[in-house]
Amino acid sequence: MLANTDLSRFIFGRLTLDSIPYHEPILIVTFLGVVVLGGALLAAVTYYRWWGYLWHEWITSVDHKRIGVMYIILAIVMLLRGFADAILMRTQQAIAFGGNEGFLPAHHYDQVFTAHGVIMIFFVAMPMITGIMNYIIPLQIGARDVAFPFLNNFSFWMTAGGAMLIMISLFVGEFARTGWLAFPPLSGAEFSPGVGVDYYIWGLQVAGVGTLLSGVNLLVTVIKMRAPGMTMMRLPVFVWSSLCTNVLIVAAFPVLTAVLTLLSLDRYAGTHFFTNDMGGNSMMYFNLIWIWGHPEVYILILPLFGVFSEITSTFSGKRLFAYTSMVYALVVITILSYLVWLHHFFTMGNGATVNSFFGITTMIISIPTGVKVFNWLFTMYEGRIRFELPMMWTIAFIVTFVIGGMSGVLLAVPPVDFTVHNSLFLVAHFHNVIIGGVLFGSFAAINYWFPKAFGFKLDVFWGKVSFWCWVVGFYFAFMPLYVLGLMGVTRRLREFDDPSLQIWFVIAAFGAALIAAGIAALLLQFYVSVRDRKKLIDATGDPWDGRTLEWATSSPPPQYNFAFTPIVRDLDAFTDMKRNDFRRPGDGFRPIHMPKNTEAGVILAGLSTVCGFALIWYIWWLAALSFFGLIGYAIWHSFNYDRDYHIPADEVAETEQAYASLAAGRS
Amino acid sequence: MAHAANSQNAPPESFFELNEHGHETGSSTMLGFWIYLMSDCLIFAVLFATYGVLGANYAAGPRPEDIFELPLLAVNTAMLLFSSITYGFAMIAMQARQTKMVLLWLAVTGVFGALFLGIELYEFGVFIGEGASPQRSGFLSAFFTLVGTHGLHVTFGIVWLVTLMVQIQKYGLISANRRRIMCLSMFWHFLDVVWIGVFTFVYLIRMI
Amino acid sequence: MRHFTLFTVLSLPLLLSACGDLVVLFPDGDIAARQRDMMLIATGLMLLIIVPVIAMTFWFAWRYRAANKAARYEADWDHSTKLELAIWAAPLLIIIILGAVTWVGTHLLDPYRPLDEITTSETVDTEGEPLVVEVVALNWKWLFVYPEYGIATVNELAAPVDRPIRFELTAESVMNAFYVPTLAGMIYAMPGMETKLHAVVNKEGTYDGFASHYNGAGFSDMRFKFYGQTPEQFDAWVEEVRQADDELNQQSYLRLAYPSEADPVRYFSSVQHGLYQRILGMCVQDGKMCVQEIMNIDNSESSGEEEHVDVDRLRYETFPIDEFGGHSPQGATAPASGRIPHTDRMLEGDREDGAGSIAPSQLNRSH
Repeated sequence: MLANTDLSRFIFGRLTLDSIPYHEPILIVTFLGVVVLGGALLAAVTYYRWWGYLWHEWITSVDHKRIGVMYIILAIVMLLRGFADAILMRTQQAIAFGGNEGFLPAHHYDQVFTAHGVIMIFFVAMPMITGIMNYIIPLQIGARDVAFPFLNNFSFWMTAGGAMLIMISLFVGEFARTGWLAFPPLSGAEFSPGVGVDYYIWGLQVAGVGTLLSGVNLLVTVIKMRAPGMTMMRLPVFVWSSLCTNVLIVAAFPVLTAVLTLLSLDRYAGTHFFTNDMGGNSMMYFNLIWIWGHPEVYILILPLFGVFSEITSTFSGKRLFAYTSMVYALVVITILSYLVWLHHFFTMGNGATVNSFFGITTMIISIPTGVKVFNWLFTMYEGRIRFELPMMWTIAFIVTFVIGGMSGVLLAVPPVDFTVHNSLFLVAHFHNVIIGGVLFGSFAAINYWFPKAFGFKLDVFWGKVSFWCWVVGFYFAFMPLYVLGLMGVTRRLREFDDPSLQIWFVIAAFGAALIAAGIAALLLQFYVSVRDRKKLIDATGDPWDGRTLEWATSSPPPQYNFAFTPIVRDLDAFTDMKRNDFRRPGDGFRPIHMPKNTEAGVILAGLSTVCGFALIWYIWWLAALSFFGLIGYAIWHSFNYDRDYHIPADEVAETEQAYASLAAGRS
Repeated sequence: MAHAANSQNAPPESFFELNEHGHETGSSTMLGFWIYLMSDCLIFAVLFATYGVLGANYAAGPRPEDIFELPLLAVNTAMLLFSSITYGFAMIAMQARQTKMVLLWLAVTGVFGALFLGIELYEFGVFIGEGASPQRSGFLSAFFTLVGTHGLHVTFGIVWLVTLMVQIQKYGLISANRRRIMCLSMFWHFLDVVWIGVFTFVYLIRMI
Repeated sequence: MRHFTLFTVLSLPLLLSACGDLVVLFPDGDIAARQRDMMLIATGLMLLIIVPVIAMTFWFAWRYRAANKAARYEADWDHSTKLELAIWAAPLLIIIILGAVTWVGTHLLDPYRPLDEITTSETVDTEGEPLVVEVVALNWKWLFVYPEYGIATVNELAAPVDRPIRFELTAESVMNAFYVPTLAGMIYAMPGMETKLHAVVNKEGTYDGFASHYNGAGFSDMRFKFYGQTPEQFDAWVEEVRQADDELNQQSYLRLAYPSEADPVRYFSSVQHGLYQRILGMCVQDGKMCVQEIMNIDNSESSGEEEHVDVDRLRYETFPIDEFGGHSPQGATAPASGRIPHTDRMLEGDREDGAGSIAPSQLNRSH
């Protein structure tokens, strides 16, 4: 064995054979599953010779549509991981009563709930909304790509790199056992000397760079690349909400980067930012992380508010009610989301005046949010509502979100928060808004825009099965948590004494099982839809009688989105075009200027991920090598000035004619 | 109402821009880089706030008046301010399309930047030698991190500057390079502004 | 029961559905009851808007379904000044009322505010001195010091009914939160700092207390019983604690502070003078400088130049907790791990040397 020699310490840092958790049966089975499935996938890709296709058409692609799809695939894969954690927790809590310790020791259970939170927020919800925004924004504003296509590819691979670090922690070493925000002093070097918190830090730092750059990118895209005639007050609401989200990303994620850097300095360099002694102040971490954390909540939900607005208007066959109110409500929420962070720790012993200030600002946010709900309702009012899947998700969202909003305002009242803070009531609240808002919204968006992305609709039957399993499962899983919270049960507990609690946990576990069925049905829905794609085909490019520009091009859109840039004269630009009998120009095509694909993004992100891994395990030589490799490669890449090309006019004409004849033949 | 206004009968094809011109991508880059700088500014804001909170937590250790030396600092600040001015000359030379002068002024800027860094590192060395290391107290952790982060930015700026000089040498003042010079200019002046903040809030206020 | 009617009406559905221990809704402490009242008032206010919204959602969805051709269809109707005013004004009004209630309630129920005639109902005795309890969150057990009686307990808390209690809280090394649902909500306990919580219990009984801020492997077992007692019972309880063999001093505190899970109840018949202040100052170990002293030096006018403090005196030394929680390769399931079930562990009795700890044996070294 090489272990414990200086050489092996130099080469492998703190990585030894003991770091592989081969003594954990759950992990071994998971690992075998990953190896078998992953191996089968790789074998299939090799067998069908897809490597070249994947590399040239996807991995190195700078096409915002491809990148958007990759983001969403990443989100769905990570959803499976995060949900597996949820099932473990629900099962553990359902059986660990009266002396029975359940099947997860604290060491494992504490990692599970930390990983669940981190994965669901950073690697499910974030990639999901980024993917949707990436795909839809350029189409809705009539642009051919985002402002910085290469940066977009790089951002995606950084997010994927962060996700990969988190996944590696499952099989090499361990993950943090600190809760998803890694509060010091518990997350400091003294109390968490292992690699868990380092995985957390570097996973989030690598992914955070991606998120920040993608935020800058989309912000500039919306500001600079709108089609002629699309004034700010003619932006589709989804674009407005995305704009607000990206403002929040740009203004909030640097804070996360900074605070995690300070934490890593404490851990790596022995500084005293958040330590108990030598002048550190752990309360500062709470403040800083929540100054990022609260806007983050709105980063997640705002784009989905936009999605629901689009869907309500489309499926009600009606203009969106009170567009201006909607926009102002969004802007108010954006600004206010910076003034409420302290409500996450009313119980820290702040003065009553401070607490009530932050409590009241929090409540004020519910005013614009309430206005938005009313606007959706009055959009439905006197409409012709078609209950397709996206609309079903929207109705489920409104009802669920309103309940979650109510418990949220309750928690904003400091004296009430004192009694249910850190309890399962709180857990129920944020799942109520995040599942009811972000996940339901994502599913609505996927069902709504899938035909645009792939040219055929999603299967309705399995979509409905998934919908009902999710919605009913959600209520079964989380309403009992409200009750448990009122019974004084706090969060993150691994075992219980009081047998009267058990029934509620069993009901919640049943709900989780229903949600599992919902996820399975979702995957089946994809499978069945791909299988029946001929039957579900949408040749027109406009399957729902859409109102905005993304429906004005073919499904899937050509690489250049629009052969001619559309001119916008109304908020519902496509409805306006349809009413005025627009015709697509059949000739006069010009060459289209497009960015070239590049492998730089995936290489830079790969080097960053390796650097992160080396820092986690103290493999200093590798960290230095990959870091200087990163800098060197970036410099080398900057010498490449040949980054774009023109799609010849003939090729454009050919693509457009194919679409025209398909649309004519099938509709 | 918006809708009523546009139902006049427009010719159907006026919905598309038929004679499109290539878009200048430069302005997007400048805006994007500006937004990035603003987000970087927030990182400094956090570090300033941290210094504000921990700045008096000396842990019975060295205080600002024990370690800071204003004369050296004045020289240091002058270096950075000079470098901003010389960068300005590089920009003027760029407007006049004088490649050689651009390179010259960029080189001078780089030298001033390197001198600034050298003095800063010397200062850090003296502090640590006196036992005022970042591990000594919350105040020193915050001090070293804030000033060090600024120093890292300058280091990165110098690496970028050298790369850019090679690129100008090789390809001349083509539009892509001019854009890069302008971005680096924003970056460099941004660092200058941050330094004025550091100089004022970290050093001056604590010495008076 | 001043809020009786409101309370009954609002909690009826919950009463019907869950007859379990909804302690947050039915607390036996006056402060918690008032916090509960705030919750019900806020819920009631919000239901004024939530119920119509949900009803409208279903009603509109049904009424304007595509199949119902009888319903009006106004494809271009998208604006109504009156309606928009109403939908901004309705939530605004509710929030103005709720905001006012919040402002008043937050100041009234501020955990730092001593109980007086305004903050308590008639049943609370505000004449005498409040019972002071100094609370230390250790890994993973609670230490309660009663300075008035010179006694201390671990994982057991008692107080006479109707007498105001003032909790003064700190933590040994990792942050925590103190939570007795029936008393007064929760408050953080943080190392080197002190928070306060004022509360009262109005009914005899046995209640649960928790650690409610996750703090590592032993978190789940960091619970205790809280006894609301008659003054006589309480005096008897104090007497019983005084009979205990153990004394709480620097040495026994440092042994106690060593991390352990699911600790049994322990009594200390006496407490070394000033020990709590030293715990708060993170200077129980001899030779360490207290936080208060460091702050005095930092705040003093003169620079610390002339007097160099030995850095070792400033460093807080505590015990590692990382290796707890079943890290050892024992397999994941309880039957396989050979770990003693939680309830049995409770009965094992005192284990000053850590012999009964489930931590890996190499960690049970004495300090």
